[in-house]
Amino acid sequence: MAYRTVAGSQTYAFADLKDLMAKATPLRSGDMLAGVAAATAEENVAARMCLADVPLRAFLNEALVPYEEDEVTRLIIDSHDALAFRTLSHMTVGDFRDFLLSGVATSEVLAAIAPGVTPEMAAAVSKLMRNQDLIAVAKKCRVVTRFRNTIGLPGTMAVRLQPNHPTDDPAGVTASILDGLLYGCGDAVIGINPASDSVPVLSELLKLIDGIIQRFEIPTQACVLTHVTTSTEVINRGVPVDLVFQSVAGTQKANASFGIDLATLKEGREAALSLKRGTLGDNVMYFETGQGSALSANAHYGVDQQTLEARAYAVCRPFKPLLVNTVVGFIGPEYLYDGKQIIRAGLEDHFCGKLMGVPLGCDVCYTNHAEADQDDMDTLMTLLGAAGVTYIMGIPGSDDVMLNYQSTSFHDQLYLRQVLGLKRAPEFEAWLQRMGITEPDGSLRKQHGIHPLLAASPELAA
Amino acid sequence: MSDAATDGDRPADSVSEPAVIEDSWRRLAGVTPARIALGRAGTGMPTREVLRFALAHAQARDAVHLPFESARMAGDIAALGFETLELASAAPARDAYLRRPDLGRRLSEESRALLASRAGAPVDVALVVADGLSSTAIHAQAVPFLTAFKARIAEAGWSVGPVCIASQARVALGDEVGEALRASACVVLIGERPGLSSPDSLGLYLTFAPRAGRSDAERNCISNVRGEGLSHELAAFKLAWLLKEALARQLTGVSLKDESDLLLVGGRPPPARIG
Repeated sequence: MAYRTVAGSQTYAFADLKDLMAKATPLRSGDMLAGVAAATAEENVAARMCLADVPLRAFLNEALVPYEEDEVTRLIIDSHDALAFRTLSHMTVGDFRDFLLSGVATSEVLAAIAPGVTPEMAAAVSKLMRNQDLIAVAKKCRVVTRFRNTIGLPGTMAVRLQPNHPTDDPAGVTASILDGLLYGCGDAVIGINPASDSVPVLSELLKLIDGIIQRFEIPTQACVLTHVTTSTEVINRGVPVDLVFQSVAGTQKANASFGIDLATLKEGREAALSLKRGTLGDNVMYFETGQGSALSANAHYGVDQQTLEARAYAVCRPFKPLLVNTVVGFIGPEYLYDGKQIIRAGLEDHFCGKLMGVPLGCDVCYTNHAEADQDDMDTLMTLLGAAGVTYIMGIPGSDDVMLNYQSTSFHDQLYLRQVLGLKRAPEFEAWLQRMGITEPDGSLRKQHGIHPLLAASPELAA
Repeated sequence: MSDAATDGDRPADSVSEPAVIEDSWRRLAGVTPARIALGRAGTGMPTREVLRFALAHAQARDAVHLPFESARMAGDIAALGFETLELASAAPARDAYLRRPDLGRRLSEESRALLASRAGAPVDVALVVADGLSSTAIHAQAVPFLTAFKARIAEAGWSVGPVCIASQARVALGDEVGEALRASACVVLIGERPGLSSPDSLGLYLTFAPRAGRSDAERNCISNVRGEGLSHELAAFKLAWLLKEALARQLTGVSLKDESDLLLVGGRPPPARIG
């Protein structure tokens, strides 16, 4: 169905809903690369004006990616909760924005409508929202998950301790884990990106992290971020696996380029559940996403990258993940060109995920060929902290020496906690105090001598 | 006034403690290149670490944006005894190169015509030296690497076309170059995406039967060629091993695994034997 609007002295026509959505998206390099972006600033606003008048129901009737060709579209449509949608069923996209900002949309109401919100609806309304709207509404959303601790409670922010090493050296990995724990990080997960994809190496890394967690009775979980089928194989060999990881995208074809489909994810989740390793809950999945992944796999169907990103959260949703994060600036400047585009995308992703009921964190990051720097990351992490982000990454000194990009550091989370008063997952916060790592107010205690945790390092124990 | 000035010169007890809290586990930093045990000033990094990081980022940024000295590289490579040819991709400038990867994967019209005029008899291998995302890497590594690889070419007796020095180029540009030069295989030397601790890392991509439209799964890659990473000699040996296998088995990519390690003696490559 074609859409049409008058803005200024011009009449603008849009071929269909996906054309309208793409042209209404705040400008970014990936949509320009795909050739779907608005040609002028006026056309961009005209598209937003037109989109504001589109009924939310339209997204249930007009698929952006064909239903017959794509299992993600089928998942979205077939599992849509009509009862939860009833409150929204009479609204246009513009009404939806006003409703979300209003006092009527309390945390309870937002949780109740979440199963009725499709990713396309979330993406559409985000295109009409300024950064402050994305922050204000996300802040009201509550998504709480549990494995060995409780993540997502109001006033908290968790951190993934990311102890990557260029050769997966056990001593090097251990050193980064200890440094992170002593800086009060690791409640989201101690999760490593391995350099290797060999099963023996991955098994050793899992045993190493599990060994530290067991030895010091840390209320957190371990993850080695490898392909879901590899995790399943490792589980079958009897290796301790807490969380099963997978990168996911918003179309079946893009997921196929990752070597997965919905059935593969289901198998991975069932394998993890069979181990019954969670003590407080059974949220056993960890997903990563990022705008541009579908275009990069040539699997975007002419849909803008932000809408496809929201569809990735629809892929995550039925698997009840503990953690989902958008690796926002990793993909490079051909998708998100500079600090402004990365900041906007991070806020959009977080908002869409939370609105859909997904525990969204953010890898606040950039590569060295993007027009971005530490100041941009300070801005984005502060805004996300204000928006109630579920978790961020913790990487020694912001420098990932294996993946060659910059993310948030152990120090950065201390800064956010101090400035915004954010606490850790309560079970982890209590453990840090018991271990003499933090003060009762959550700030770091000054360490003297050799802390008992350091006994885990053969180098220091020697 | 003078009293106040005197007081100001002498720190009060409350501020006489060092502002930077050092970490008691600094010894751990010896076992990883990761930036651990940095200490802290309040919740922030100490000044020395902020500046150390800023310098590393500046070097990585410069590696991306430093203009590629194509003519100088052509001269230096010609001095090694190679025929050379300077080419450019369809990306007119760095900004367009970064935004439009597709432009960096194909030749400009002028370069396409120039290359066509130089194509002669079929050759075993086409060599492309591409700036990629780090001209710093090419400036530093291309000549020493080609010096080492020249000995391997002589040892195997391969015919090579002109070494093509390509500006604003991505890996896949080698497909069009290799095809035009009627090469059985193409080797692209390219500046890798710079990391904070590795702004000058060279990547080597080998593609059998180069044709426009080849996928990355059809290539073999040798990464991290630089002083602190894989040495030029070892990289040249590995590449020669892969090239020999590729020409014999008529393929590159996922089904060609690098087993050259089996031939190393004490971790070092055997010297090239030149007839």
